[in-house]
Amino acid sequence: MNPVLEVRGLRVVFDGFAALDGVDLTVAEGELRFLIGPNGAGKTTLIDVITGLTRPAAGSVRFDGVELVGLREHRVVRLGVGRTFQTAAVFEELSVVDNLDLAAGFRLPLRSLLRRRRGISDEVAAALETAGLTALADRPAGVLSHGQRQWLEIGMLLVQRPRLLLLDEPVAGMSRDERERTGGLLERIARTHTVVVVEHDMEFLRRYAREVTVLHQGRVLREGSVAEVQDDPRVREVYLGRSKGEAVT
Amino acid sequence: MSGRISLVLCVVLLAVAPLVLSPFRLGLLAKYLCFAIVAVGIALAWGRGGMLTLGQGVFFGLGGYAMGMHLKLREAGPAGLPDFMVWSGVEELPALWKPSANPVFALAAVVVLPGLVAFLLGLLVFRQRVRGAYFAILSQALAAAFVILLVGRQGLTGGTNGLTNFSRFFALDLTDPGGRRVVYAITAAALVLTYLAVKLVVRSRFGALLVAVRDHEDRVRFLGYDPALVKTITFAASAVVAGLAGALFVPVVGIISPALLGVVPSLELLVGVALGGRFSLAGAVAGAIAVNYAKTLFSEDFPEGWLYLQGGLFVLVLVFAPRGLAGVVEAARDRFRRRPREEVAG
Ligand SMILES: Nc1ncnc2c1ncn2[C@@H]1O[C@H](COP(=O)(O)OP(=O)(O)O)[C@@H](O)[C@H]1O
Ligand SMILES: [Mg+2]
Repeated sequence: MNPVLEVRGLRVVFDGFAALDGVDLTVAEGELRFLIGPNGAGKTTLIDVITGLTRPAAGSVRFDGVELVGLREHRVVRLGVGRTFQTAAVFEELSVVDNLDLAAGFRLPLRSLLRRRRGISDEVAAALETAGLTALADRPAGVLSHGQRQWLEIGMLLVQRPRLLLLDEPVAGMSRDERERTGGLLERIARTHTVVVVEHDMEFLRRYAREVTVLHQGRVLREGSVAEVQDDPRVREVYLGRSKGEAVT
Repeated sequence: MSGRISLVLCVVLLAVAPLVLSPFRLGLLAKYLCFAIVAVGIALAWGRGGMLTLGQGVFFGLGGYAMGMHLKLREAGPAGLPDFMVWSGVEELPALWKPSANPVFALAAVVVLPGLVAFLLGLLVFRQRVRGAYFAILSQALAAAFVILLVGRQGLTGGTNGLTNFSRFFALDLTDPGGRRVVYAITAAALVLTYLAVKLVVRSRFGALLVAVRDHEDRVRFLGYDPALVKTITFAASAVVAGLAGALFVPVVGIISPALLGVVPSLELLVGVALGGRFSLAGAVAGAIAVNYAKTLFSEDFPEGWLYLQGGLFVLVLVFAPRGLAGVVEAARDRFRRRPREEVAG
């Protein structure tokens, strides 16, 4: 399998505190990789570095062999790396369709952008369907619930046709029902995309994860299948030591 | 639909005005229309794009001077020098003035010059992620610097007096009411066309992108767009519009001078937009006309008071009715129609 993403020796320092400290991560084409770890482990920071939001003190991030460190955010997106945010960020004043249409249109030349959107493209219609938002297409995104916003964000990601998707805690704060739907969505997306999901909800992990990378205090603690990771005493300790409710069992 | 009816109504009003207004009143209306054109640009940059531009006077001035210089050269005496240069003892036409003799160059400069200055400035500041109050202050400083520059170069710019004493606008005689009516008609047409053009932009994908940049600039980057470029293009467009207005202001009012372009006039351009409603193009136009009309009414009697009244209005509107009169009208219409606000279940 070709590696799509190669992170090497990544170090990020915030005011003298190392949020990431020598992180290596390799994600192969077509893989669904879960990234777990207690709060503050550096999961979001890792995504921030890959997507150009945060500059690392040292290390490299290669996507398809292209160095991403130093590129501005929209350049990284244009190379085919898309992300969602822990707290879903959609454009509240724009309609759901316009949110998706805007995401889909980032490769359009200026003169096409200056035209009015006519109808709904097949791609956007498909994303509406996938995100379960067809009925709300013309409503402003501001009226969406938390779960719907996450789905809209995922839909916005899909219409961009990225080669690598980075999802930051897509089910955090969701009801059981919503988690279920998101899981289904994730499985479907993973069939045709390379996906990295940050998620430390254990039940969700057990159901949907294949390969897992555990991050702890800015370092990779363990990498392996769900079963291997769950059996690792160090991983158990990290989670048990923090909160019994989240124990890996 | 009702928007289209209102537009037609406004166009009819503009068309009827020359038949019912005295030449003096028509001239005043034409002046208000110039400010209304600037207001359309401000509504785009500020209302849609979130760029609080306190320096539109600069672009208005660039357009005005580009036009004024050409008109002055057309009326130049035997030495080919504008009157004020003769008075200040300049003997040869400065190099900066020479291209202005060409009407094509002058007409192009009216829009290209402000657009270019705004574009370069935008690239510089938006790329550095200068925004919000910092951008506002920067644009205001630009207006202050521009005035100092103009006043300081008396022989080149006419100094504080600016460029004045225009008797012709191309083939039109500005001393004749007939000629002035045509100038009014051109200005009214420019306003309508600018309004329609900006309306198209607002409704396009670019318009949606602009709102997205305004509300969530950082998120837009992760859609693969460069917000700095989106803002730069919009800022430049608003400058082009202001330049066009400035150029028309010259034949309409017969003068372009630093006193019309500095910090206070730049702020005044904003007051109308805020009052009418910066999120609505029509609101901005109405606000600009209303505020300038009020200024004519009040400032003759209480010039000092007007300044305070205007400042007070500005603050009141921004605090209590940030969507301006247009927002109040919309709210009233919504209530009138009793449109039920459906809730969407999670
Ligand atoms: N912009 C920042 N400035 C300072 N510290 C930060 C910043 N972002 C994250 N951190 C710190 O870095 C550590 C890792 O954070 P984060 O990557 O958000 O963790 P996770 O997503 O795994 O919960 C935390 O201790 C957090 O407080
Ligand atoms: Mg996080």
